[in-house]
Amino acid sequence: MTEFLQHLVNGISLGTIYALIALGYTMVYGVLKLINFAHGDVYMVGAFAGYYVATALGVQREPTLGKAVLVFLGAMVATGLLGFLIERLAYRPLRARPRLTALITAIGVSFLLEYGFQLPSFRAQAANLEAALRGWGVVVPAWLSAALAHLPDTFPPGPTPRFFPEPFERVDWTVLGGVHVSNYDVVSLLVAVAFMVGLQLVVYRTRFGTAMRAVSFDARTAGLMGIPVNRIISGTFVLGSVLAGVAALLVAGSRPRIDPIMGLMPGLKAFVAAVFGGIGSVPGAMLGGLALGLGEEMVAGYTSSSFRDGIAFAMLVVVLLVRPEGLLGRVTVEKV
Amino acid sequence: MRFVRAVAVVAAALAVAACQSKPPEAPGPAAAKPASPAAGDRILVGHVGSMTGSEATFGQSTDNGIRLAADQWNAKGGIAGKQIDVKTYDSQGKPEEAAVAATRLLVNDKVNVLLGEVASSRSLAMAPVADERQVPMITPSSTNPRVTKEGGKVRPFVFRVCFIDPFQGTVMAKFARERLKVAKVAILRDVGNDYSVGLADFFQDKFRQLGGEIVTDQSYKAGDQDFKAQLTAIKNRNPEAIYVPGYYTDVALIARQSRELGMKQPLLGGDGWDSVKLYEIGGKAIEGSYFSNHYSPDDPSPRIQEFVQAYQKRFGGVPDGLAAQGYDAAMVAFDAMKRASVPSGVALRDAIAATKDYPGVTGIITIDENHDALKPAVVLEVKGGKSVYATTIAP
Repeated sequence: MTEFLQHLVNGISLGTIYALIALGYTMVYGVLKLINFAHGDVYMVGAFAGYYVATALGVQREPTLGKAVLVFLGAMVATGLLGFLIERLAYRPLRARPRLTALITAIGVSFLLEYGFQLPSFRAQAANLEAALRGWGVVVPAWLSAALAHLPDTFPPGPTPRFFPEPFERVDWTVLGGVHVSNYDVVSLLVAVAFMVGLQLVVYRTRFGTAMRAVSFDARTAGLMGIPVNRIISGTFVLGSVLAGVAALLVAGSRPRIDPIMGLMPGLKAFVAAVFGGIGSVPGAMLGGLALGLGEEMVAGYTSSSFRDGIAFAMLVVVLLVRPEGLLGRVTVEKV
Repeated sequence: MRFVRAVAVVAAALAVAACQSKPPEAPGPAAAKPASPAAGDRILVGHVGSMTGSEATFGQSTDNGIRLAADQWNAKGGIAGKQIDVKTYDSQGKPEEAAVAATRLLVNDKVNVLLGEVASSRSLAMAPVADERQVPMITPSSTNPRVTKEGGKVRPFVFRVCFIDPFQGTVMAKFARERLKVAKVAILRDVGNDYSVGLADFFQDKFRQLGGEIVTDQSYKAGDQDFKAQLTAIKNRNPEAIYVPGYYTDVALIARQSRELGMKQPLLGGDGWDSVKLYEIGGKAIEGSYFSNHYSPDDPSPRIQEFVQAYQKRFGGVPDGLAAQGYDAAMVAFDAMKRASVPSGVALRDAIAATKDYPGVTGIITIDENHDALKPAVVLEVKGGKSVYATTIAP
């Protein structure tokens, strides 16, 4: 029984993370009908933004609540800004084109972030370039070398994993005779539920949400009715990206290894969770994330850990065969 | 819904592409040096190592060891009057990059000898390249038997200066059973890694043979963030120790998560743990665990202390086992070059194969008929944020 409860706690803790990322997927899909494949990488950027802020503040030496708040704010600002830029530069110019074009662009943005972050730092690159130029007999002026030495030497971070300092102190509780729960699990779950409820309120109770739903229903007509379509779509991207940033910090705080491709698998799984729950539906994303997390955990715990992803995904395939619109998705009639 | 299905296909393609696509070759800082003058009057040593990536300290330590060896020979006048140059390419911790880097060193740079890789899965990708081009390759620390022996046939140009996994697995099984006196052990292996799977199998065989019981055999994939499902299952079987023959970044996370679940068993592992990053990421969680390794810097014998001091003077910091292995691999290569009629190709290969009783830092090295080195192993304990010598186990 204790083992089962522990698996339950672990599965919910994992599922919460998928749910937080899935919320971002589902929001963007709900409004634009676009799968934002770069979402998992926005999550990665969030983790690195938090890492840089934490390093600058010296969180590793003495974590305080104030610093933790700053780390979270830093990561949220960075991912929000990144979400805005991705939408503005990569997706908006293609909005009138077929959906597949935007989808491929999304994959491109994803690769750009993953491999861009794996490059050597700007200072190392400049030094390499300088050495190569010298080798060809080109004289590099001294002021230029001096300026190059001021380039950041920790950005891009390169493919070597970094150690993420705990943004707030970890506390472990033992409950019910041997089940271990940490404050990270509790905080993650509360944050995810709070965001889900908050999003639901935003979508159904605010002017912004009404405008979002109108844009989702028919962007052109909404524009004719005086809704600032571009601003609404930007806002949706920013909101989704901020959620990814928060998820990244909650993960990195308790699993403190971050690297540039850390967003790949969680991103894919969160996407599956969003589809499973019914893409476009906010409670669906939450439910899908938790179901996937629990499914993986139970499969790994009770059968063979090698089949962890295989069996969990097979279950999803079966559910989607029976209910193609996902658990909480709406059936839409495809107009031909 | 056709759209969503199409997306799923794209997603699968994306996953495959992300695993295989490689960014344009980014030469490491070491490779940026101007090219050496005409190849004839210098001896060129090629090194393929994971200078970046999840196992970055493996490549960096090995490279330091190789460069130290080259410097010491150059200071003594080089080999037959020729100075030694080391050229390093980064494998980024990926087998396909390692094969590309090896090909580049052999074809473009025309190196005399190829050194590397640390990880067996990457040495396995390089070995056929060396054989095909007939350039001797010495791997400093790849312990999987298949690196030098494929399908019962010894690879003609591939050597190693370390022990092999059947021995390394045996060492830890003996240590667990006879020193720690444990009877029940759980295994947690990295299924995608030749090294980890091999080591786990050999450990399991020997441990059972010594009368121990393997209570459960779980697996993970390198790069996983969450190991709690496996650890909870292991916890429920109450083992007295857990054998985790993986690489240090994963092991550090596994150690942390096991302590978070309230597990107090020591973890046991192999030379893949040997990195300062293990202590940085693992912190308190990894204390009191043991791993088998090639040498201990605490060993008082003068040969080892001389190396430790020279290394500290040049690079700062205590050399780990991989630095010592890199140093020995390069030293064995240079020693063979001195004996060979020509320091390359078949002549060099024969000279390396004839290496006998070479006094290396990591032990007396004799290359056997399988191109392996027979050496004792040491067991180290993690204590106070570093590894300390526990015992030596002879073959």
